[in-house]
Amino acid sequence: MPTEITQNDIIVNLLIFLMSSFLGLELIRHVSKLLHTPLMSLTNAISSVSVVAALIVIAHAKNNFILTLATIGVALAATNAISGFMITERILKMFRKDHGGEKK
Amino acid sequence: MATLVGYLYVLAAVLFILSLKWMSEVKTSRRGNWAGAGGMLLAVVATLLAFGVHRYDLLIGAIAIGLIIGVPIALKLPMTAVPQRTAMSHAFGSLAVALIGTAEYYQRAPNIDTFIIAVLVSEMILGYLTFTGSAIAFAKLQDLISGKPLIYPGRNVVSLAVLGIAVALGLALVINPANSWLLPVMALFALGFGFLLVMGIGGADMPTVIAILNSYAGLSAAALGFVLNNKLLIVAGTLDGASGLILAILMCKAMNRSFTNVLFGGLGAVVQKSGSGVQEARTVQAYSPEDLATVLEFARHVIVAPGYGMAVAQAHHAMKELQELLETKGVDVKYAIHPVAGRMPGHMNVLLAEANISYDKLLELEEVNPLFGEADVAIVLGANDVVNPAARTDQSSPIYGMPILDVDKAQSVVVIKRSMASGFAGVDNELFYDPKTMMVFGDAKKVLAQVVATLRK
Repeated sequence: MPTEITQNDIIVNLLIFLMSSFLGLELIRHVSKLLHTPLMSLTNAISSVSVVAALIVIAHAKNNFILTLATIGVALAATNAISGFMITERILKMFRKDHGGEKK
Repeated sequence: MATLVGYLYVLAAVLFILSLKWMSEVKTSRRGNWAGAGGMLLAVVATLLAFGVHRYDLLIGAIAIGLIIGVPIALKLPMTAVPQRTAMSHAFGSLAVALIGTAEYYQRAPNIDTFIIAVLVSEMILGYLTFTGSAIAFAKLQDLISGKPLIYPGRNVVSLAVLGIAVALGLALVINPANSWLLPVMALFALGFGFLLVMGIGGADMPTVIAILNSYAGLSAAALGFVLNNKLLIVAGTLDGASGLILAILMCKAMNRSFTNVLFGGLGAVVQKSGSGVQEARTVQAYSPEDLATVLEFARHVIVAPGYGMAVAQAHHAMKELQELLETKGVDVKYAIHPVAGRMPGHMNVLLAEANISYDKLLELEEVNPLFGEADVAIVLGANDVVNPAARTDQSSPIYGMPILDVDKAQSVVVIKRSMASGFAGVDNELFYDPKTMMVFGDAKKVLAQVVATLRK
C-alpha cells in the first residue's frame, strides 16, 4: 500500500516544486530560439517520467482495472519517451554550421 | 535499497537539469538529449528496483507497443509534420498522466487525504482536458479538420460553463472522496472543455496553444509527484511545465497578445473590413519567376522571410538550391525567422536545418530587422501576417502592435504566394499593394525551381 504522506513531506515537495519552477524558467530562458522545436520534443520526452508513477501504481495495484489503466499509461509514456528522444536526436543532427571561410 | 534508489533519483534529476542546460546551444544540444535519455533510463531502473514491480509481462508488452509506435514515427516522420507529432505526444503524455491519476484514485478510494485528493482532482482535470485539446490540435495540424476556429455566439460562456461543471464535480469529489461515480462525469466534462477550447482556436495561434498544452502536460506530471510523494516526478514535471510556459509567453509576446486573448479571442474568424471599398480598387503587380530571377541577378544582399507556406509547399530544399546558386554569384543570402512563423516554436529553423542551411544564416527578429535597410531584395516565402506592415501602422488591425519583420524596408520586396488569400489572422496585407512589391503567384517550390533554372541559363 502507498505510504502515508505527512505534512512534512508536503512542505518539502512544495519547496522542490518552487525551486524547480525557478530553475526551469532560468534554464529555458537561455535556450536559443533556434532550438525551440527540439527543446519541446525533449521536454516532452522527459515528461514521460510519469512512467515512474505508472510503475509504482502497478507495483501495488489492488485489482485488474487499476492494473489496466496503469499499463496503458506505461505504453503511452513509453511511446512518448522513445519517439521523443529519437526525434530530438534526429532534429539536432540536422543543425549544422558551414565550416567554410564565410564570415557572418 | 531504499537509500540507493533515492540517490539514483537524485542522479536522474541532475541529468534532467543538465539536459536542459546543454540544450541552450547547438554545440552541446545533442549531449543534452543523451543526458535526458540517460536520466529517464535511470529513473525507470531505480523504480523497478525500489518498488518490486512483478508484472514484467505487462511491462514488456507496454514497452513493445511503445517501440512499435514510437520508433517508426521517430525515424520516418517528415520534418514538416513535427508540429503534429508534438501535439500528438502531448495528447499521449497527458492521457497517460490522467489514466495513472485515475488508477491511483481507485487504488486509494474511499479514504483519501484532502490534500492528496485535491491534487489528484486538479491533475486529472488538467490531464483530460490537455488530452482532448492536444488531440484536436493534432487533427487541425494534420488537416483532418478545418484549421479555422469554431466560433458561435456565446462560445466562451459554453466553454467556461463546461470547465466550471468539471471543477464543481471535482470539488464535490474532494469533499467526499468516496463518491466515486463523480470521477467519470468530471473526466467527461474536462474532456469536453479541452475539445471546445482548442476547437475555438485558429491555425495562427497553434504555436502558442502547443506551448500551453506542453506546459499543462508537464504540470500534471508534477502533480502526480505530489500524490505519490515522488520527488523526481515533481522535478521533471515542473521543468517541463516551466518550458512550455516560457515558450507560450514568448509566442504571445511575438504576437503582442495575451494568453486570454489567444485562448478566448478566436482570431482568424472575423474577416476585418476597414475601408473595404478602397481595397477592392487596388491592384497588385504580378510577375513571373523569370522576372524574379532577373531581380536576384542584380542583388547583393538578399533576405528570405519564410513562413508556414514554405512548409506546406515543401519548398525549403528548393530554397537551399537557390541560396547556393546565388552565393556562387556573390550574393549574400540570409533568413529572417519570426518567432511565430510556422505552426510551433522554432518550426522554420528545423525545416531550414533539414535543407542543410547553416544555422548562422538564420537570424532572429531583433537581429535581422536592422539589416532590411541594406537589403536589395527581401523574399517573402509563404509568410503573411508576420510581414504585414499594418501591425505597425493600422491601429484598427487585429494584429496591430505585433512585432513584424520589416521586409518593406528593403529596396524591393518579392512575395511568393499561392493566391491573394489572407493569412491566418484573416487580415488583408498592405505589403502586397506596395509599389515596390513584386507578387509572384504559384506554388513556392515550383516558383523557386523555375528561378533556379532561369539563373542557370
